Amino acid sequence: MRKGVMRPGHVQIRVLDLDEALKHYKDLLGLIETDRDEQGRVYLKAWTEVDKFSVVLREAEEPGMDVMAFKVVDEAALLQLEQDLVAYGLQVEKIPAGELKDCGRRIRFSTPSGHDFELFADKLYTGKWGVTEVNPEAWPRGLQGMKAVRFDHCLLYGPELAATYDIFVNVLGFHLAEQVLDPEGTRIAQFLTVSMKEHDIAFIHHDEPGKFHHASFFLETWEDVLRAADLITMTDTSIDIGPTRHGLTHGKTIYFFDPSGNRNEVFCGGDYTYPDHKPVTWQAEQLGKAIFYHDRQLNERFLTVLT
Amino acid sequence: MAGVQVFNRTTGDRFSCEEGQSVLKAMEHSGLRCVPVGCRGGGCGFCKVTVLNGEFQCGKMSKVHVSPECRKRGEVLACRVYPLTDLTIECRPQGAADSTTEQQQK
Repeated sequence: MRKGVMRPGHVQIRVLDLDEALKHYKDLLGLIETDRDEQGRVYLKAWTEVDKFSVVLREAEEPGMDVMAFKVVDEAALLQLEQDLVAYGLQVEKIPAGELKDCGRRIRFSTPSGHDFELFADKLYTGKWGVTEVNPEAWPRGLQGMKAVRFDHCLLYGPELAATYDIFVNVLGFHLAEQVLDPEGTRIAQFLTVSMKEHDIAFIHHDEPGKFHHASFFLETWEDVLRAADLITMTDTSIDIGPTRHGLTHGKTIYFFDPSGNRNEVFCGGDYTYPDHKPVTWQAEQLGKAIFYHDRQLNERFLTVLT
Repeated sequence: MAGVQVFNRTTGDRFSCEEGQSVLKAMEHSGLRCVPVGCRGGGCGFCKVTVLNGEFQCGKMSKVHVSPECRKRGEVLACRVYPLTDLTIECRPQGAADSTTEQQQK
């Protein structure tokens, strides 16, 4: 049941070198820089996004994900969710408005998978980039590289998937769109959503907590994914795999790495879900096909190369 | 500079490395797979090697995988090692992931 969590809001990614990272996220992915703060963090967004930023880059000595944040419908929902998280037994940290520029107050909590998440209700509405609000053109000119449409989801690796599922589904109101079950019926992958998308957040079981597999950005068409692949070659960017199709979600995809080794995905397509849909289940024995539908086998990197 | 030679003592492979090229990139250009290839960005720790002999410079690497102590022992990430002289390296056996990211999940 929905609890007022609306959609992914932003992801804060640690990078080893900010200038290299900006070249990657702006020139290659096509995100737009919208601000910087006194901590040195850089704020970016994709062109169709209406809020001021969806990606925050922070220079650090260890790459990975600091936090993923979800936007909730309003302050009342935020207050209720805060109470619900505390009642569930989680420690909730309150982060004042303005700690991220032009973002309202956030509440932060950790899941047993070892990841930090935030909820917020307000962020400066700047509108879609480069198009007018009234009688908008189809797309703006002047976009760079892959022309990413939106920040779509993250895939995270960690332990305690069942406990993490409990928080996302029963406290935050996500529903399970897709899963991978091992022969004993234990869920080793869970794709969770608050929308019609097959995942707003996904987890795969991994013994080490808090690992970041990828941040994913949406493209419109398969042609766009192929063009992204061309750009990856033209810029000698580290590629992981693809273009190919996933079995899970059936999205068409390519994986590559930012200059600090954080994995990115751009993808198009994918199935849809409604809350009355039963979860799509893949068997762990078919994990190769579930992840890479054409190769039907995993590359070792998919399970082990993380930040 | 015509490039330096890198010798992988674990596998017996040799390949040449151009100036400004990382050990991992030189290996991939040579068509070899004697060091595991991960993110190629100093982030995942997959391509950790030990430099036994030779001079080199390093790019930025994740502190989680290369602490200052590791760096002193020559335990570095091949994707961020830029040789200044011929190098002799050692790597973990093929298929082994970094100890901190190792997992058996099937």
